Amino acid sequence: MTAFAKLVRSTAFRMTLVYLVIFALYAASLLAYFAFNTGRLITEQITEAADAEIAHLTEQYTMGGLRQLVLIVENRALRPGSNLYLVMAPTGQALAGNVGSLAPGVIESTGWSETSYRRLDEQEVAEHTALVRVAQLSGGFRLLVGRDLDERARMRNIITAATRGSIALVVVLGLAGGFFVTRRVLKRFDAMTDTTQRIMAGDLSERLPVAGTDDELDRLAHNLNAMLERIEALMRGLKEVSDNIAHDLKTPLTRMRNRCEDALRMAKSDEDYRAALETTLDESDGLIRTFDALLMIARAESGQARDNMIDFDAGEIVRGVGELYEPLAEEKGLRLTIDAPEVVTIKGNRELLSQALANLLDNAIKYARPEDEVDLGVPPEIVLAARRKDDRVVLAVADRGPGIPEADRARVVERFVRLPQNMTQPGSGLGLSLAAAVARLHGGELMLEDNAPGLRAVIALPANFEAGARP
Amino acid sequence: MTPDILLDFAATRVQQAAMRLLIIEDDRDAAEYLVKAFREVGHVADWAADGEDGLAHALDGAYDVLIVDRMVPKRDGLSVITALRAQKVETPVLILSALGQVDDRVKGLRAGGDDYLPKPYSFAELLARVEVLARRRGGRSEETSYRVGELELDRLSHTVKRGATEIDLQPREFRLLEYLMKHAGQVVTRTMLLENVWDYHFDPQTNVIDVHISRLRSKIDKGFAQPLLHTVRGAGYMIRDGVR
Repeated sequence: MTAFAKLVRSTAFRMTLVYLVIFALYAASLLAYFAFNTGRLITEQITEAADAEIAHLTEQYTMGGLRQLVLIVENRALRPGSNLYLVMAPTGQALAGNVGSLAPGVIESTGWSETSYRRLDEQEVAEHTALVRVAQLSGGFRLLVGRDLDERARMRNIITAATRGSIALVVVLGLAGGFFVTRRVLKRFDAMTDTTQRIMAGDLSERLPVAGTDDELDRLAHNLNAMLERIEALMRGLKEVSDNIAHDLKTPLTRMRNRCEDALRMAKSDEDYRAALETTLDESDGLIRTFDALLMIARAESGQARDNMIDFDAGEIVRGVGELYEPLAEEKGLRLTIDAPEVVTIKGNRELLSQALANLLDNAIKYARPEDEVDLGVPPEIVLAARRKDDRVVLAVADRGPGIPEADRARVVERFVRLPQNMTQPGSGLGLSLAAAVARLHGGELMLEDNAPGLRAVIALPANFEAGARP
Repeated sequence: MTPDILLDFAATRVQQAAMRLLIIEDDRDAAEYLVKAFREVGHVADWAADGEDGLAHALDGAYDVLIVDRMVPKRDGLSVITALRAQKVETPVLILSALGQVDDRVKGLRAGGDDYLPKPYSFAELLARVEVLARRRGGRSEETSYRVGELELDRLSHTVKRGATEIDLQPREFRLLEYLMKHAGQVVTRTMLLENVWDYHFDPQTNVIDVHISRLRSKIDKGFAQPLLHTVRGAGYMIRDGVR
């Protein structure tokens, strides 16, 4: 498509054309109205003046007779730019006036008529048009008073010319304006189209150009850019997950493969094979668990889970999770205390928040060393709390265990990060990552604090979280 | 653990009536494995490789349970279930899905599925769930009291007795025992307990359920010669009267 064809086909240009037609029609009708009214005004003036003159001359005729009338008419007819006058005898002989010839039959009919005429003093045969009134005088005489209509015709010509001129001007200016506006808009659209094409080609870091005028195009560009930002974040998350999966699932897979190979090579009895198969099954279950956890984190981070958020009491999930883990804590010699004295309503995904809380509590139980804690002079206890603090809802798991050194607190939230001192315990290194992702999903954050001694893991959520809002 | 409470999987097979199952699954290997595994434990399983075929079979065959993969060719699993329910075919359906997410599960149950199992699953888990579904069809679900041997649970008065001894249980322990007794003689897996007793669908990582079970066991079996609450190796738990 040529640049011109593209321009002509653009929405802006088509709109310009529509406006152009509307404005031209408007200008034309305005001038037509003006012309019509001016013409009527001129005609009115002529008829009024002629009426007055006929009345005056008739009066003079009545008072001073024919002679008086002829004298006045002759006098008036000689004035430059005068009206048209004609006094005619019953015989049809012109007695006075400045009219040389008239269209036939005009003088015979009384009243108003438009006629072509020639002046008496004019040499050339040029014919003019006039508006005349013929009056019948007593004694069979006739009096004609009229006015040349050239003025009206001239004015009509002027207006017609003005109409043509202004329409031409409207069209030219309109087309030129439309051309420039369209080209400007088209340029911005083309820039946007180019950018989107580059984005579609795979470069998600591109952003649509913003002119800075804060007009509707800018607003659109801003929104699309915000959307791109979100898509890019999602893609980054996805890529990170697949990288992690590739990296961290290959290790246990390798281990599993080695074990199978080893069994094939070394196993002597059915028991040996059975043992190798059982270990392999356990490891594959572990892999599935890790895989599920990764998917869950990715899902929480993508914000999909915002669809099924409901209002519920945070105290209820704290009690529920606490009740689930209480026998486990007791078995390890820990006291589990629930601190949820009031109803704290939050909007969220009950299942995910329960799981996040379960992960934190599971850690607290897993890493607790009750004997050490008694030595430190603190009771070996875990406090599970749901409280409202100002405009936040705080879900906290506070333990008296070994805690996490301050330097490591940011790091342990990352996927697959496990502290060297905890490597002897089972775990995937994904529990805190999931808790953090769930907190972010609800517009909040996971904070790891010093419980002096111990760790206080806090999921702090905004009390008035709108599921539709962006984090 | 004494051998009395640790059952081998095969030992749980004695009292199960044979079931007719339909497996709608497009992966040939997976389907053949299931057909064979079900046959080994005494059930008959048919296989349909796509949704259309599966729907036709399910409409005219008298099956006890349908096992439906969510993503099968020609007609997806959920629409097969919807079509069946529209035809008033109320055969219990277990949905198998590679999309093991909570909302996907909700979608499956909303479409008319009765249970949902994310892939990959263990056969023991699948079997336990299918047997529970088949039994549910038998209509012994909502009774006011359950009895296993000398153990009796009254759902109305919320009391549990073993012989003449009244046993005091926490509310959650009561619900745990209630679920086990409702499915007495059937294997109940840890995930089934977590889903049905606690209403959680996530993986609690540690053996929390085992701890709850051992607490319950100490209340109902301790001091009695015959244990009722058994651990089924590699599968889960089962409550049943040992004298048989």
